[in-house]
Amino acid sequence: MTYHQAVHDVPVLFESCERPVRSEPFDATLGGAIPKEVVRSGLEIPDLPERDVVKHFVNLSQMNFGVDNGLYPLGSCTMKYNPKVCDEIASWPTVSDIHPLQDISTIQGALRLMHELEIALGEIGGVDAVTLQPAAGAQGEFTGMHLVRAFHESNGETRREVVVPDTAHGTNPASAAMVGYDVLELPSRDGCVDVEALKAAVSKDTAAFMLTNPNTLGLFERDVVEIAKTVHDAGALLYYDGANLNAIMGKTSPGKMDFDIVHFNLHKTFATPHGGGGPGAGPVGVKRNLERFLPVPRIAHQKGVYSLDYDRPFSIGKVRAFFGNFAVLVRAYAYIRLHGAEGLRSISENAVLNSNYIKHMLKDDFEMPFASLRKHEFVLSGRPLKSKGVRTIDFAKRLLDYGFHAPTIYFPLVVDEAIMIEPTETESKETLDAFVDACKKIVKEDPETLRNAPVNTARRRLDEAKAARDMVFSWRSYKKKMSGERLSPA
Amino acid sequence: MLQALKLKTVEQLFDDIPRAVRTDGLRLPEGISELDLQREMQAMMSVNRPASSHPTFLGAGIYHHFIPAAVRTIVSRGEFITSYTPYQPEISQGMLQSMFEYQSFMAELTAMDVVNSSMYDASTALGEAVLMSHRIAGGSKFLISRAISPEKKQVAKVYAKGADLGLVEVEYDRSTGLVDLNDLKEKLKADVAGFYYETPNFLGPIETQATDIRAMLGAKPMVVGVNPMSLALLMPPGESGADIVIGDAQVFGTPMNLGGPTIGLFACKAEHVRKMPGRLIGMTADVEGRTAFCMTLQTREQHIRRSKATSNICTNEALLALAAAAYLSIVGKTGLREIAAKNVENMRSLATRINALKGFKAPRFKSAHFNEFVVSSDHLSDKVHRHLLAEGIQGGYALDQAFPELRNSALYATTEMHTRADHDALIKALEGIR
Repeated sequence: MTYHQAVHDVPVLFESCERPVRSEPFDATLGGAIPKEVVRSGLEIPDLPERDVVKHFVNLSQMNFGVDNGLYPLGSCTMKYNPKVCDEIASWPTVSDIHPLQDISTIQGALRLMHELEIALGEIGGVDAVTLQPAAGAQGEFTGMHLVRAFHESNGETRREVVVPDTAHGTNPASAAMVGYDVLELPSRDGCVDVEALKAAVSKDTAAFMLTNPNTLGLFERDVVEIAKTVHDAGALLYYDGANLNAIMGKTSPGKMDFDIVHFNLHKTFATPHGGGGPGAGPVGVKRNLERFLPVPRIAHQKGVYSLDYDRPFSIGKVRAFFGNFAVLVRAYAYIRLHGAEGLRSISENAVLNSNYIKHMLKDDFEMPFASLRKHEFVLSGRPLKSKGVRTIDFAKRLLDYGFHAPTIYFPLVVDEAIMIEPTETESKETLDAFVDACKKIVKEDPETLRNAPVNTARRRLDEAKAARDMVFSWRSYKKKMSGERLSPA
Repeated sequence: MLQALKLKTVEQLFDDIPRAVRTDGLRLPEGISELDLQREMQAMMSVNRPASSHPTFLGAGIYHHFIPAAVRTIVSRGEFITSYTPYQPEISQGMLQSMFEYQSFMAELTAMDVVNSSMYDASTALGEAVLMSHRIAGGSKFLISRAISPEKKQVAKVYAKGADLGLVEVEYDRSTGLVDLNDLKEKLKADVAGFYYETPNFLGPIETQATDIRAMLGAKPMVVGVNPMSLALLMPPGESGADIVIGDAQVFGTPMNLGGPTIGLFACKAEHVRKMPGRLIGMTADVEGRTAFCMTLQTREQHIRRSKATSNICTNEALLALAAAAYLSIVGKTGLREIAAKNVENMRSLATRINALKGFKAPRFKSAHFNEFVVSSDHLSDKVHRHLLAEGIQGGYALDQAFPELRNSALYATTEMHTRADHDALIKALEGIR
């Protein structure tokens, strides 16, 4: 193996504050402009030359792994390579240097882009109206659950329960709970929704059923038509978690599958790099009968002029200030424009092909729950490794030594020792083969090597229990904890 | 690859999708080249008027500040920008340490021990703070100052609804713009979960009654909203006993982006940490004893606790938190104080000049301000707005709708970005209103 991550000694920036420096006295009242009773005394932040700051962060960046470094098959996160032009466009002053409260005559281009993005997402999702306001997928779910609540309340109903499959992303039950719903987890059968169990679970108290299709095991829920009918017959709404949309563009759509509400994870499917955790964007699309509940403002369009419509008496209100994560929306628009209808379809085709290829190549080296076809991702079980005293986490850590980011592990919960792999469409066959080779090699390596992994990364395994115990979340709390004791850099 | 899978066509990979739900492609235009994309989008976006092309005096939660070039250099590093939530800490130390440093900057500025590694924006941070206060103190109502942004108010209302919490507004003093302590006292009943106020508040005044508010609240959570840049000069809320501090760190190195993405700052007292939403980065060591960082207390989060999590948040604004850490490192203590001082200086100078104009009063409230203030006028807000726009200026944010009691008033922000010439242009244009 040839991968070695850089290892730099990079002291926490704040260590430089501990060096005694002579500083000029500073009058924070600014000669009386700020009242004495609210003026600050002392400010312990570093004062470093730009040169040192750039060195600090560039060296830190070299101790970080991104899609630009290599394969990042983190299941359910769609870590694809994104065209750099999208980032560049988002940085133009005409995009980034505009204020949300500017007179709308001076932001017509931005409003037009959002309006056209709503239409494109509506087409991809098979829905009639889209709001771009939610800031992330989970906030899309939160918005969707408020739409569910508003819908039932408008019918004079208070339904208390939201049903989610046990394979659902953790955000689904969390979002439903945040909107005040009780959550019922439905056990799956053969990795999919058990329609009979669903029929037994839904009632007059069911507000919605949340589902992602393909589901988190990468299986397409073939019974989706019957699922939709079951949910609708109970008077409930069907919610689509769009985290796995990368598998189906141009093949089917949530709307076609009769979902009522859908969120899109623009950072997964449509070209915003994940930024170490964000930002993303989680637009929500709905069928016509739910449009009146969407957040304000709606973007209106008449004779080439765009305006903002706040006069929406049934609207749930606002889930985020202003319009949403505009810079992310711009990237999504650019990405959709760049690829077009055919391009988006082939993205899904290649994502599914790559996933099935790796699955096929690895099926004899691991346990493969559920034999059938997969979509953009699939889940292996690392259970066979247990007999040699090795767990999934050890396998995942060893992959880092080979220069691959680890897959998602121990999720979904229904698979023992789960390893969830999503290669995405942007990886070449050579990369996929190299990954397969590494996996095959690793399972044959001696257990000790795996349990000791990783060794080629900037740090070796961490004492995560210590982090939880010490609760040092900032330099300030570190100093309090150590009461003067200095931190050694490495 | 198809051969390996013993398939003839890619189409067969989709055989598991029932015919009844199949679609026949997408009705979208065909793709275009990168060159054509740039041309097309340049044409589309050139219709927008960026702040760099004309003076703008808008603030109201989103601020136009200078961003040193090195910030962009740092946040553009592919290793940062194309990574995700650091689930594998051994290979993600760069982002983890950067997040720890972001948390450290915010902890120092706010004087709070615990800062998470970001929420979506200030409005959702407020929504989450309302819910967290409810987890701490129970109750059926939450008090919010009337002097907060209408956007934030609307978002907080939606978040509160999920916990069946009612929001009750506490009046501001019509003369000083500060919290009306009598009204607070009256509304502070047993079923109140906590109180949120801002300093400087939405209308500009810097709150001076933190000690009184803290005392009145007793054990109930005190939630304070800040403009974190003002904390270069102002006493941090942690020193006044705040339980939760929120704000938007967009002021540190993130452009206005039409209002998003920005960075929800969220801090709390150490004793409340297990009730806190969002991701936390903690310091630890690796097996060789080297200092290292990882996500911690994840049992609060949705991927572990599902419906019992403290929040549903997953994706956050990490890259912008990195930008904030980079910004603060580059400007440093000295630079930050200078910038903050320049904001105050510009505010005072502009308010004084507007106040000298016939038909205008500024600042409307008798209090100290940071970089934003209310201008009241003898003219209709819309008339002033149209006149300024015709002169190529974005005037302040009209308050008539959200604050009917402040008729013919607008909220003006001025930062270090404004030159003397920008102020001159505004003054000249205001003078021209008849």
